[in-house]
Amino acid sequence: MSIVVNIFSSIGKSTLFFFQSIGKIIYFFLLSVNWSFRRPFYFKQINKQILDIGFYSLPVVGLTTFFSGMVLALQTYSGFENFNNENTVAKIVLTSILRELGPVLAGLMVAGRVGAKMAAEIATMRVSNQIDALETLATRPIQYLIVPRFLASIMCVPILVLIGNIIGVFGGFVVASFKLDFSPTLYIVSTLNHINLMDIAQGLVKALIFGIIISIISCYFGYNANGGAEGVGRATTISVVTSSVLILTSTYFITAIFI
Amino acid sequence: MKKKSKNKIIKVRNLTKSFDNNLILNNINLDLFEKESLAIIGKSGSGKSVLLKCIIGLLTPNKGSIKIDGREIVNSSSKDKEKILLDFGVTFQNGALFDSLSVWENIVFRTIKFKKLSKNDAKNLALSIILNLGLDKNILNLYPSELSGGMQKRVAIARAICDKPKILLFDEPTSGLDPITGSIIDDLIKNTVSRLGVTAITITHDMSSVFKFADRVILINNNQIEWVGEPKKMNNSKNQTIKNFLKNK
Ligand SMILES: Nc1ncnc2c1ncn2[C@@H]1O[C@H](COP(=O)(O)OP(=O)(O)OP(=O)(O)O)[C@@H](O)[C@H]1O
Ligand SMILES: [Mg+2]
Repeated sequence: MSIVVNIFSSIGKSTLFFFQSIGKIIYFFLLSVNWSFRRPFYFKQINKQILDIGFYSLPVVGLTTFFSGMVLALQTYSGFENFNNENTVAKIVLTSILRELGPVLAGLMVAGRVGAKMAAEIATMRVSNQIDALETLATRPIQYLIVPRFLASIMCVPILVLIGNIIGVFGGFVVASFKLDFSPTLYIVSTLNHINLMDIAQGLVKALIFGIIISIISCYFGYNANGGAEGVGRATTISVVTSSVLILTSTYFITAIFI
Repeated sequence: MKKKSKNKIIKVRNLTKSFDNNLILNNINLDLFEKESLAIIGKSGSGKSVLLKCIIGLLTPNKGSIKIDGREIVNSSSKDKEKILLDFGVTFQNGALFDSLSVWENIVFRTIKFKKLSKNDAKNLALSIILNLGLDKNILNLYPSELSGGMQKRVAIARAICDKPKILLFDEPTSGLDPITGSIIDDLIKNTVSRLGVTAITITHDMSSVFKFADRVILINNNQIEWVGEPKKMNNSKNQTIKNFLKNK
């Protein structure tokens, strides 16, 4: 009897905790949006984050999208006999990258690279009283720490995705012309023919939402960390896992809206 | 002894603070007069740092009221809290310097928010303060991670006193320092209070410091203020904890 009660009570507790956390994260998001429009603006912090999130993520995003474009071309060609012509391969590579692979890969890479860093930095500041110190030094932690990361993320992730898209499509082109012996000109013409603004828009909407997810989730768990070095580790892990899961699930719902 | 003002600058009433079911402070009452130097002593884990954090509104008590110069800080709006905090200079127990900023940027962090200073002037201001704390000129451009623990502590003190706040709170400013540097800090606290007319609360485990700079001492024990009085009265105190503190001095 008591075991049953215990099971139900612990299920109840974790459900409650889950919905509480969702509420708190949404509140944290609204808080960040609200403070984004208020003085003072910490431009130096924003620039630093843009450099960190945008510029230094380029190599990983470029590398992953490049290889994805290549493998996509190869798989399409070898997997579907009727599709092994320039037109179809170009179309499939382009569409998959613009709509899905570009944003999701860039999102996951940024979540792993930048999200982890954001969570760890902010959690460290929390457990070493630096956030308390900010408050005593006439600085709102949300404005000084969270807003710059939030703004930089929503600016940089879409740009990273655009660049990743181009690199990914180029990866497909490289395989098509050098490995599959397609006509490079024909492949390029086919690619250009299939460029669709709605596909690009879908990718960018995803990128924007991923940018929000990564920055808000990482900052939230960092900001609410406790318990020394272990707490920092916990915040980092849970940020990366949560952002990645949210990226992979939200992409489905955004796609469903677009189709 | 210097003249003390009768003006109560901090009034703590019935302050109770617990974490979950863990009662830390129970019904604390405390008055602090303007220009007074108060020392807080007590065993590790007795709630000294928690009391300090309640006073500046970083922790919210479960019950009670804390007035700073007549303004309530418990459950006040964040805007009011920000205003009240401008009166304070705070040194946290672990220093809490900003990792990503150099020493001089840390020190003038709040000062340059309200005063336009050229980079050179700001650095010179920081320099003038650290020289008084027995620190070297060369550290100005270093980052906190490049400093020893004791140096970090002193930079944190420099940051707290840089823009001359009305009330200073030091959480164990001399722990981890050698006796000579420790006594430099003690003198600094003493002089800041007497010369600049600042009010100070210092948490310390060092009884010789207490005798040096405190006008009044409180002992926190068993979740309460167990003993209050002038430092010299400690010598005749029957309180067992006070006796132990003095014995192990
Ligand atoms: N954020 C917190 N969450 C839960 N418990 C806390 C928190 N902060 C402090 N405590 C608990 O409150 C008690 C008092 O802590 P506090 O830091 O005030 O001790 P202290 O008197 O400053 O000790 P020390 O001399 O070692 O610094 C400790 O038992 C600690 O576990
Ligand atoms: Mg303490």
